[in-house]
Amino acid sequence: MENTSEHSGKPFVRKIPIFWWIRRWVDLRFVLRELTSVCVAAYCMIFLFYVRSILMRPEAYEAFTAQLQSPVMIVVHVLLLGGLLYHSITWFNLAPKAMVIKIGTWQIPDLLVAAANYAGWIVISFVLFWLALN
Amino acid sequence: MKKRLTEPFWWSLFGAGGVVSAFTLPALVILTGIAFPLGWLETPDHARMASLLQSWIARIVVLVVVVVPMFHWAHRFRFTLEDGLKLKKYDAQIAVVCYGIAIAVGVLAVYLMWTL
Repeated sequence: MENTSEHSGKPFVRKIPIFWWIRRWVDLRFVLRELTSVCVAAYCMIFLFYVRSILMRPEAYEAFTAQLQSPVMIVVHVLLLGGLLYHSITWFNLAPKAMVIKIGTWQIPDLLVAAANYAGWIVISFVLFWLALN
Repeated sequence: MKKRLTEPFWWSLFGAGGVVSAFTLPALVILTGIAFPLGWLETPDHARMASLLQSWIARIVVLVVVVVPMFHWAHRFRFTLEDGLKLKKYDAQIAVVCYGIAIAVGVLAVYLMWTL
């Protein structure tokens, strides 16, 4: 009896290339969506140090805000904004799938759940602008 | 085993962080990173900003806005590394590093809000 490698009882494993997600647009879009979390973490850190500078002396706040005016930092923040907007939009669009709300037998339509999320986003953003400007 | 127990915990923090960041971060990044530095809106003076952060409620809001999204990042980035770069076999180490960074930022944020 011959026991070739094809019959050695090992499970068949399909070779998946390491950058499997680069070939198809849907896969790439999925990875990009997941990577928006890097923008989230990066901005959270910047925001923490922004708040820290406010809580220190006025000179610390002035120095920090002066740093934010450098062209490099502006570009970084524009890129962060792009990532954060992509996160918000993909998050709210998935919200109806994540929270299925039923009143009796009537299920609140997906569109309404998404619309409520977008409305909340606008209200919260407005409040933050108002707080910073008044 | 242990993983089955902790996974829902990290997942709910991921979800909470996703919600908090989706609602608050775009407006904040526009204000602090674009509109103020470019002079589209006048940068508030220090006294005004400091008065905003005087109450403990405001500081708790800052903590929530900074820390909860870090756990969103930790969870998402963990699985992006593992699936995207096929590093599933290092799951335990990747998880410790990702959640560890989020916890460290959380401790730092609490320390800053408490002492400053």
